[in-house]
Amino acid sequence: MEKKAESSLSRIAKYMGVRLVFLAFTVVIGVYLTIIIANMGGYVDNIRRGAIREGIAFQVAEDQAFRQMSQEQKNEFIGEMIRIEEERLGLNRPFILRSFGFLTDALTLNLGRAENMTSDSGSKQVRLILLERLPATLVMWGLANLILFFLSLFIGLALSRRYGSFLDRAVIALTPTSSAPAWFYGLFLILIFAAILKVLPFGGMVDAPPPDNRVQYGLSLAKHLILPTTAIIIGALFLNAYNYRTFFLIYSSEDYVEMAKAKGLSDREIERRYVLRPTLPNIITNFALLLITLWQGAIILETIFNWPGLGRAYFTAIGLFDTAVIVGNTVIFAYLLAITVFLLDFVYAVVDPRVKIAGGKGGG
Amino acid sequence: MSGLKRTLKEIRRYPSAIAGVAIIVLLIGIAIYAMVTIPYSEAIRLWRGGEDVWYKTPKNARPLWSNWLSTTKLPPTIVQNSREGDVEKSVEVVDAEKNMIDITFDFVFDYAYDDFPREITVFFEADYVEKPPYLSLVWLTPDGREIRVGDFTASRSGSYRVSQDQKLQRRLGGLLPHVGLFADPESEEPAPLQGTYTLQVSGLVFEEGADVDAELVMYGQVHGLAGTDHLRRDLMVALLWGTPIALAFGLLAAVGTTVTTLVIAAVSTWFGGWVDEIIQRVTEVNLILPLLPILIMVGTFYSRSIWLMLGVIILLSIFGAGIKTYRAVFLQVKESPYIEAARAYGAGDMRIVLRYLVPRIIPLLVPQLVILVPTFVFTEASLAVLGLGDPTLPTWGKVMNEAYNGGALYQGLYYWVMEPAVLLMLTGLAFALVGFSLDRIFNPRLRGV
Repeated sequence: MEKKAESSLSRIAKYMGVRLVFLAFTVVIGVYLTIIIANMGGYVDNIRRGAIREGIAFQVAEDQAFRQMSQEQKNEFIGEMIRIEEERLGLNRPFILRSFGFLTDALTLNLGRAENMTSDSGSKQVRLILLERLPATLVMWGLANLILFFLSLFIGLALSRRYGSFLDRAVIALTPTSSAPAWFYGLFLILIFAAILKVLPFGGMVDAPPPDNRVQYGLSLAKHLILPTTAIIIGALFLNAYNYRTFFLIYSSEDYVEMAKAKGLSDREIERRYVLRPTLPNIITNFALLLITLWQGAIILETIFNWPGLGRAYFTAIGLFDTAVIVGNTVIFAYLLAITVFLLDFVYAVVDPRVKIAGGKGGG
Repeated sequence: MSGLKRTLKEIRRYPSAIAGVAIIVLLIGIAIYAMVTIPYSEAIRLWRGGEDVWYKTPKNARPLWSNWLSTTKLPPTIVQNSREGDVEKSVEVVDAEKNMIDITFDFVFDYAYDDFPREITVFFEADYVEKPPYLSLVWLTPDGREIRVGDFTASRSGSYRVSQDQKLQRRLGGLLPHVGLFADPESEEPAPLQGTYTLQVSGLVFEEGADVDAELVMYGQVHGLAGTDHLRRDLMVALLWGTPIALAFGLLAAVGTTVTTLVIAAVSTWFGGWVDEIIQRVTEVNLILPLLPILIMVGTFYSRSIWLMLGVIILLSIFGAGIKTYRAVFLQVKESPYIEAARAYGAGDMRIVLRYLVPRIIPLLVPQLVILVPTFVFTEASLAVLGLGDPTLPTWGKVMNEAYNGGALYQGLYYWVMEPAVLLMLTGLAFALVGFSLDRIFNPRLRGV
């Protein structure tokens, strides 16, 4: 018994290892593509040059040893230092070689300095600006997607039980609503609940000024979360529930389900053991694809709701033409997409028996 | 041909598909109407023209139909021009020796609205050689009061912004002129007095043959069927012209991405082996690439042109998710006897892929293509909402972006956001309705469940 458990664990580990390598490779490609696109206009070079110049100018200004120099001498000295530093970092090498340097920098989140934006703590480091905004994005997206997943699952199951009923038809009729993205429903929700009914805030993450008390802070956050999460859920729920329902229906017409029925098992038990279990891998693959789309919708949804996350940072950076932040943000997004897929792969590996039996051959 | 007929017959069984088709036909109608009635150059001029194109329209005016929904009737813009014969000019010689002639005319209009106009401006033009005429404006209210509005020396062409006349504002007891001139003196809260108003313009000219003309523009709070934005532009232009742009973008992107995906999938299955392996892996990588961020970078760094965005979208979707679905079907088709027959008569690889494999997948492809249209329509709108809309074209997304930046929802200017939003929603819904129905017709496997 023990040996078997261990081997299925090691199979999962092996499967996850393969996926990890693949996803890491994807991130590398995504980031490299980002660099190539960004540097077609020499923007990445400029980001690096800016960082070098600022660093050296600061160093010279601080150092007592250079106090005596005239401004002209100082400028000449700074120019020379910049030249040496650029040579040292290889900025005068051909682009192919340089691009790999950028790639390493980007992958290690060494994202340079912002031109116009600053983090709330006052730093101009792009990495700090973006990491500071990550929690806000994760709170909203994590919550919305958890609710979305379980609600779709629940509705899908309920509909597959009541196949052909009025409710079933109603959800089918509502599936076209998923052709509009979440931000679009966000607009309508703001209009109804914030502008007309005035019961919920227009946007933002907490009241201004933020409450000191933790409980009140939490309540205020919850109040601000209602509309954006609802928008995400409405935007995807009906099509998602419809898809799951179809999966459930396909699996509940299998012979072994008939067999279980004949054995006299209760409906709940049949559902849990013979319908839900084999359907889950499909559902998770489906959900992973949905999440990739939803992540990208975050950019605009946060803009509409004034949510201080990564998407909003994009909007601000576009407005200020802050290229370093835009490139850095794209890199973070490549990572986030890969991490999301990796987490779902893990769930997949756990629920799909094929992974445990055959190792990496489960498909993804 | 009979296949098409059968499909059309089947579609009729789905009421949602009929609704979808009806909306699409309506949208195409709007698109054609827009392109015919407002030629492209005219649309660009109306949208980007500047103050001289929009000077007669009010800022942030609601659409006319908002008056039907509300009990307070908001005033439209009232324009009267002495040059266009809206008023009768009377000429009276004051001093024949000094050539002093008084040219007077009255702008008379009925005011039966429950709110004040937004602004009042008098534009004037004067013909003279040396000595400019002297204009005085007097306001007559329905209850017989006479208010001196302003006296000034006219230049050859200029405007007198009544609403910004501080002296007049003081004379009216501190009320803004466009409020004070209409306010009922009896009522405590400023409310407009309804009835017939007159603005008397008298221009004293000092030369023979000199003349003055004036145009009274009282900017209202409602305008046209679509309302106006913060730059006085009639939103109708953007709403009309947004339709062909949205449809063209959505359709081209959907066709472009599906066709390329299809060909790649066919090549992948036909050649198999390492070609298939590579295409499979590239597809998996491509699925996880952040498409929207890449579009944002292209938009920020290079060009916001809608056609460049279209190109990038198609380029990045060549290895799209569709490949997996199409590949599954192609794998089945590949084993069919007629493919073997084609191979037997010596057909080349490309010939088999393009002539025998690709056509077989059309039934699966068409619904997919139709369902994809809204995705791209919304992608374009999303980019515009982020401020990366095409710099010249008026699109729905750009209207929404400007409305958002102008705080339309905070200020209660709901029409500004909702008009483009409703059009977007109609477009998305129509294509989705048709697409889902087609999917059920072409893929009857799903019809049962």
